[in-house]
Amino acid sequence: MNLKHLIAGTLGAGLLASTAMAGGHEAQGRDGSVNIIYWQAASIMNPYLSGGTKDINAASMVIEPLAHYDENGAMVPTLVDEIPTVGNGGVSADLTSITWKLSEGLLWSDGSAVTSSDVVFTANYCMDETGGCQQLSKFGGVESVEAVDDLTVKITFDGPKPFPYGPFVGSTTPILQAAQFADCMGIAAPTCTDQNFGPIGTGPFTVTEFRANDSITLAANTNYREAGKPAFATVNFKGGGDAAAAGRAALETGEFDYAWNLQLAPEILADMEAKGVGTVLSSFGPLVERLMINLTDPSADLGDERSTVAHPHPFMSDMAVRQALSMAIDRPLLVEIGYGQAGKVTCNVLPAPAIYDSPNNAGCEVQDIAGANALLDEAGWEMGADGVRAKDGVRLSILYQTSTNAVRQDFQALIKQWWSEIGVETELKNISGGVFFGGDQSSPDTFQKLFADLEMYANNFDGTDPEAYMGNWACAEIPSPENAWLGGNMPRYCNADYDALVAEMGGTADIAERARLAIAMNDMLMQSYSIIPLVHRGNVSGIVNTLEGVKLNAWDSELWNIADWSRSE
Amino acid sequence: MLNFTLRRLMFTIPTLLLISFIIFLILDMAPNDPTGNLPLTIPPEVRATIRASLGLDEPLYIRYLLWCQQFFVNEPLNLLNEWFGWCIGDCENRLRVSSWATRSPVVDLIAERMPQTLWVVGMSYVVGILIAVPIGVISAYKQYSWFDQFGTFISMIGFSVPTFFTGVLMIVIFSVWVPNDSIFWLPSIYDTTHKVDDWSSFVFQIRQMAMPVMVLGLYNAALISRFMRASMLDNLTQDYVRTARAKGLKEQTVLLVHVLRNSMIPVVTVIALGIPQIFGGAIITEQIFKVNGLGQLLIIGIQGADIPLVQTLTFLFAVLIVLFNLVADVLYGLLDPRIRYD
Repeated sequence: MNLKHLIAGTLGAGLLASTAMAGGHEAQGRDGSVNIIYWQAASIMNPYLSGGTKDINAASMVIEPLAHYDENGAMVPTLVDEIPTVGNGGVSADLTSITWKLSEGLLWSDGSAVTSSDVVFTANYCMDETGGCQQLSKFGGVESVEAVDDLTVKITFDGPKPFPYGPFVGSTTPILQAAQFADCMGIAAPTCTDQNFGPIGTGPFTVTEFRANDSITLAANTNYREAGKPAFATVNFKGGGDAAAAGRAALETGEFDYAWNLQLAPEILADMEAKGVGTVLSSFGPLVERLMINLTDPSADLGDERSTVAHPHPFMSDMAVRQALSMAIDRPLLVEIGYGQAGKVTCNVLPAPAIYDSPNNAGCEVQDIAGANALLDEAGWEMGADGVRAKDGVRLSILYQTSTNAVRQDFQALIKQWWSEIGVETELKNISGGVFFGGDQSSPDTFQKLFADLEMYANNFDGTDPEAYMGNWACAEIPSPENAWLGGNMPRYCNADYDALVAEMGGTADIAERARLAIAMNDMLMQSYSIIPLVHRGNVSGIVNTLEGVKLNAWDSELWNIADWSRSE
Repeated sequence: MLNFTLRRLMFTIPTLLLISFIIFLILDMAPNDPTGNLPLTIPPEVRATIRASLGLDEPLYIRYLLWCQQFFVNEPLNLLNEWFGWCIGDCENRLRVSSWATRSPVVDLIAERMPQTLWVVGMSYVVGILIAVPIGVISAYKQYSWFDQFGTFISMIGFSVPTFFTGVLMIVIFSVWVPNDSIFWLPSIYDTTHKVDDWSSFVFQIRQMAMPVMVLGLYNAALISRFMRASMLDNLTQDYVRTARAKGLKEQTVLLVHVLRNSMIPVVTVIALGIPQIFGGAIITEQIFKVNGLGQLLIIGIQGADIPLVQTLTFLFAVLIVLFNLVADVLYGLLDPRIRYD
């Protein structure tokens, strides 16, 4: 390469860079209005007072955390310049503290400066015991949050915290403005209607009108830190209706640009997309639809000791039965019927992020009725005259419960059919979601009590770290009358080896080592068939074809990068 | 008449108190939980704190008395303060009935929802009446004519086909099939933030109201036209009609003055008893067209176990129903001089 070429190349690159710069510096608000429809309307703009996804997503346009997760689950700095790690000295070597440094020159939408005292205030706001903060678990183990100087915040934990990115990472724990919320601490938190409906934030938009459970109007934040963003001047965030209507509005009539959470039958969604107005996007987080086997006896005769570890299940405690139930299921068909683009077959209860996805359980992908029958024959479960297997007078008769939901009822019917082919009788039951997932102590139908032989639901975890999630299946997490049926160990699985792995993960900071432990835990659960994974479920949203820059994100708010959205002509 | 009205009003107080207590009991016994719809990632200890912060760990009677105090004392005092600026007691920190989901005063939410519900559901009622009365009159006058048969057919359809079918059908026709740039295209989603300030925004308002109003109007018209027809038929065979005709009155006068006026008596009662339903909103139609009025507020409250919201809304509906029953009785007396309550 001679000098002439080099100069020309440099000039060309310079020219390219300058046009790119010009592109980035186009005026804010150049693309007019963007219409977003959430069929569950937002009730409040303060994630600390509402754990609902719709509310957190709505708030994420206005208030922001220190760092976000991007669409791949990696942390990206938002209000800071870099993510603190042990390597750059931001996380102390003994893993007990993390120090965040705010970017310089950040402004709130009202023009005042963002300081570390806002971060400290937000932590105190949530950790106030009388406030009923719904994100309190994010602050688990936090001993103190203090401002070192105007831009530096130090969070100290009560012990080593291998994954110290709980508070202020992701849209569930954004920074509130101390000046605005000063009178809203503790018991006064719910009375601050104006603040909760119109928080002052650092995000790309500010609230102009908030109509609870209906619609929100937002305008671009003139003090937003990136010049020329957001491209939209206003946001019309409409709530209400149902998923089908929302899908129609974005994919068929084009009245709305973005429709959230289109949990529709795959063929309906495909029909809508065929109109050519919009596109369906999907992204996969850790959400898994699974069967939780009850390893304890749910018989009503046991009274208060129903579904407690005092009484092992008469037949589910036999691993051959559990394995046969899993083998009889045709997972690809379940995905095709229930979720289409929004589902994948999984044989793991921990399928994402990719480094935690175990390669060791792939066998479940193929249905094997003959194998399941052989397994049960071998284990001594004799086929009876009525087509139901039995051993020592115990019949394989199952009560199978889940929440009321069209897809889940389809799944129940299909699975019941497959199980009947291996000599298992199934009784189906569905319970309204508010009751099933509600913690009402007086109701016998909660998913924690599990007064059934097995149940089906979906669960996931926030953020990208599976430590707390995998910790759900430790012995101490078994729901029982003693702990008021709290705890996430629905199968009542108890294994000292598993508990040891949980403890080991609690003291390991190295990410590869954590992945090894998580995979080992996943494999223990899968290979004992205590949890039978069915479908790895994704988020599905629809956008019109003229909307650009949307990166559907399963790890954070779906609207996490709304500042980068724009409209093509 | 006045005596009767006053006596009836006195009776409503214990009735309404009893109703409010029964609503409270039913809601309390319902196996629902305000934290039930939260993501499963929120641990149970946090849920317990949330429930405590909502006051759910207090015994039933305390929660009921608290609601009574908030609703019957604090809310009226707050209204006085807002409307007239009168401040009685501690008007800054007065505890108002607050929704659990939005953490804002329920009465404000209701006031925010009232306009669109009154516009859409109220207008559909007016449209329904305007369609129903002429159809009922003509159908009765020309009984078994093709018009009567056709009217009967239409009202049977309006009555028996549910609004969740007609509503979606209209959306498919007018929002999906009709191209976006056609003048017949109608929006499928009602914009509650839309403000009418000039001709074009008024036209937009008419367009976005067209579908929900017609869907509900058809249903209302079907019901009222059947009442109207039956009542007209009753009166047309009466002796006074023959007398009027014998006196040589014009057929038009006989029909529209003598018969219509007498036939309206039961119909007015039916119309008056239906008015509380306007305030109750139309849960299904509001959901379909995203009108987000009182009906949608109620259904969201029920789904989210937002007990103060559901309690207050259902109680207000009860108040309206009791009041309009009274209004119907009074109107009856006014329209029919033969009826005297004293």
